[in-house]
Amino acid sequence: MNNILELQHLKKYYATQKAVDDISFNISKGSIFGLLGPNGAGKTTLLRMITGIFYPDSGEIILDGKKFDPINDIIKIGYMPEERGLYKKMKIGEQALYLAQLKGLSKKDALEKIKFWFKRLEMESWWNKKVEDLSKGMSQKLQFVTTVLHEPKLIILDEPFSGLDPVNANLIKDEIYGLAQRGSTVIFSTHRMEQVEEICDHIVLMNLGKKILDGTVTDVKQQFKENKFSIKLQQQPANKINESFELIDQKENAFTVKIKDGYRSNDVLQFFIQQNITVESFNEILPSLNDIFIQLVEGTKSVSRAFQQVSA
Amino acid sequence: MNKIFLVARREFLSRVQKKTFLLTTILLPLLIFVFYAMIIYFSVKTNDNLRIAVADEANILNGKINSKDDIAFEVVKNETVTSLNTALEQKKFDGYIYIPSTYNLMGKDSLQLKSNKAIGIITREKIQKSFDDVLEEKRLLSLNISKAQLDSVQHSNNRIKFATINGKSDDNTKAGISYIVGYISGFLIYIILFIYGTMVMRGVMEEKMNRIAEVIVSSVKPFQLMMGKITGIGAVGLIQFIIWIVIVFGLQLLLPLIFPDMLHQMQGQPIQPAGMQAMQAAQQMKANGGMNELMNSLHQINFTLIIGCFIFYFLGGYLLYSSLFAAVGSAVNEDPQDAQSLLLPITMPIIFAIVIMTKAVNEPNSGLAVFGSLFPLTSPIVMMARIAHGIPEGVTLWELLLSMGLLICGFLGTTWVAAKIYRTGILMYGKKITWKEMWKWAVRKS
Repeated sequence: MNNILELQHLKKYYATQKAVDDISFNISKGSIFGLLGPNGAGKTTLLRMITGIFYPDSGEIILDGKKFDPINDIIKIGYMPEERGLYKKMKIGEQALYLAQLKGLSKKDALEKIKFWFKRLEMESWWNKKVEDLSKGMSQKLQFVTTVLHEPKLIILDEPFSGLDPVNANLIKDEIYGLAQRGSTVIFSTHRMEQVEEICDHIVLMNLGKKILDGTVTDVKQQFKENKFSIKLQQQPANKINESFELIDQKENAFTVKIKDGYRSNDVLQFFIQQNITVESFNEILPSLNDIFIQLVEGTKSVSRAFQQVSA
Repeated sequence: MNKIFLVARREFLSRVQKKTFLLTTILLPLLIFVFYAMIIYFSVKTNDNLRIAVADEANILNGKINSKDDIAFEVVKNETVTSLNTALEQKKFDGYIYIPSTYNLMGKDSLQLKSNKAIGIITREKIQKSFDDVLEEKRLLSLNISKAQLDSVQHSNNRIKFATINGKSDDNTKAGISYIVGYISGFLIYIILFIYGTMVMRGVMEEKMNRIAEVIVSSVKPFQLMMGKITGIGAVGLIQFIIWIVIVFGLQLLLPLIFPDMLHQMQGQPIQPAGMQAMQAAQQMKANGGMNELMNSLHQINFTLIIGCFIFYFLGGYLLYSSLFAAVGSAVNEDPQDAQSLLLPITMPIIFAIVIMTKAVNEPNSGLAVFGSLFPLTSPIVMMARIAHGIPEGVTLWELLLSMGLLICGFLGTTWVAAKIYRTGILMYGKKITWKEMWKWAVRKS
C-alpha cells in the first residue's frame, strides 16, 4: 500500500451549494501534497471530512489502507485549521499537554514529546507563559508544535504560514521537509502558489467543489506549457521572421518566442544558427502555477464562501 | 468517555484555580452574612434609653406604668401641653404622652406621643405594647372581667389544629417554614441555572472566538467537548455550593455567640414588619411557645428528602438548561450582544417558572403548580416549592417520580437538540445566526 490517503467519490452537499462534488484522488506516503483552490472552492469542507469533523454524504475515505474511522484514527492525523487559536489564559506548557492528551497520548508520552519539540524550536522558556503574552508569530509556532507533536502519519496544514515572518516561515518549512523525510505525509492547503511550487510534490486544484487538476508540479507545468522559449543572441539578427515561431517579445538581444504547432525547438535554433548568430541561451518558459491557477479559475464564477448549511 | 473527562478536568481546573473563584466562593457568603447580621443587629438592638413622660390627666393608669427594657415611663401630674412642650425642649425627657382628662377608655380616641427625635420602629412597638397591655387590662376591668378570667379564656385550647388525612399535623408554623424552605430552594435553583448556564455559554463563546473550536474538534467529537464543558462547570458549581453551605452553616453556629441576647430578644418581641409571611410564621411560633415550636417544625420537615431533591433538580435543571446555553453560545459570533436576543427564549421559561413557584409555595396542589412541577423546563424550580411541603401534602409520590422522569427525558432531549446546534454553530463564522436557522440545524437529520 503506497498511498496514505485515498479519496473515492467524496460528496458533501449543503442546502445551497455542492461544497464537495465527487472528488477522488490519492496521496502517496511521505509526499508533500498541495490542495489548491480559490476561496469557497470546498477545500475546508474536504479537509474537515478527512479529519473526521464532517461526515461525507457519500464516498469513501481510505486512510493507511483501511476505511477511515474518525474516532480511532484521530491520533494518526494532525490538523491545523485555517481558523485556529488557543486558550488565551492557559499556560503554554499546560495547553500543549492538554491538546496532546486530547489526541490520545498518555501524560508521560505527551510531556516527553513536548519537551523535545520545545527544545527543537527554542521554546523552552515559554512553558509558564500565557498565550495572550505571545506575539502572533510565536503562537503560530506553538500551534504548529501542537499539530505535529503526536507524530501523526498525516499532517494537514491550512495556510500554515499566514502571520509568520520569513525567518519563522523558513523554520516551519524546514520542519515540514523534515517531517516528510521521516515518513509523515503533509497536506498543504493554501492560495500562495509560490510556496506550493517550492514545497509540494503533488497538487490538486479544486474549484466549485470539483477537482479540475491533479498531478505532480512538473507534470502540471508540462501540461500547461505554451511552447514559449526565451532566446538570447549575441547580436541582432538581420532576419527575425520565420514560419516556425511567432515573436512575442523582444528586449535588445533577448527574444521571447512561441513555437508554432508542428515545429520543434530545433527549428528555431536552426533558423538563427543558419544566420551565423551565436545563441547565448535558449530556455523553455514553463507557466508558473499562479498563471495556471488564474487561467483555470478565472472566468468560472467562483462562489465566495457563502453561508454554509452544514450537516456533519 | 475519557475525553469528556479530560475536557471537564480542564474546564474545572481553569476555573477553580482562578483567584476570582476563591474570592467569590469565600467572600460572597461572608459579605452576605455580615450584611444580614448588620440588619438583624440594628433592627433588634435598640439603645435609645428613652425617658417618656406620661401626663395622665384622666388618671387611668393610677400613676403606674411598667417601664420596659430601655424605655423608662415616668408618670407626671398637673402638667399642661405647653409645660410639657417646654420640658421637652429642655430635654428633661425624650418624649411625652398626654392623656387628656376627657380621654374615654372605651372610645376611639387615640393617644399621641410627642418626642424631640424620631423613634425607631422596634421601640415604637415596645411603647405600643406597654400601653396596650395596661389599657387592655383597664378596659377588661371596666367590663368586670379580671385578668385571671381573661387568661383562662385565652388559654383554653381553642386553636384549631390543622392536620391532613394521613394524620400528620400541619400547623401554621410548619406551613410557614415550608414556605420559607420552598421559596429559598426554588430561588437557589433559579440562581444556579442563570449563573452556571451563562458560565457555560461564555465558555463556548470564548472557544469560538479564540478560534480554538476547530482545533479541538479535530481531536474530540463536538458532543464530547460540549458535555465535558457542561460537566466541568457543573462540578465547579457543586463545589462552590458545598463550600457556601458549609460556610453558612458554620456562621449560623457562630451567630448566637456574637449576639448572645439576640434570640432572647427576638422571642420577647413581636416583630411585625408589614406583609412578610415569614415573620408572621415567626409570630405564630411565639404565640405557640417560641423556639421549641420552631425546632419541632424544623424536625417535621423532611430535610433528607428536600436536600436529595434539591441536588437532583439542581443537576437535572442545570443539565437541561446548560446545554441550551451552550447551543446559544455556539451560535454567537463576534458580538456578545447577539447573545442577548438569542437568550430570550431560554430565559423566558426560567422566569415563568419563578412566577409559578411563588404561587406554588402557597398552593402546592393548584393546577398551575402541578403543571409547572411536571413540565421539565419549569419543574426544577417549581417542584422545590412543592416538595418543601412534604410528601404527600405538597406533592404525591407518583407526581414526584413522574416529574423526575420527565426531567431526565427533558435533559436528554435538550442535550440532543443542543448538540446538533452546537456542532454546526461552533464552526460557523461571519454570519449572524437566528433562532430560525438554529432550529433548522436541530431538526435536520444527520
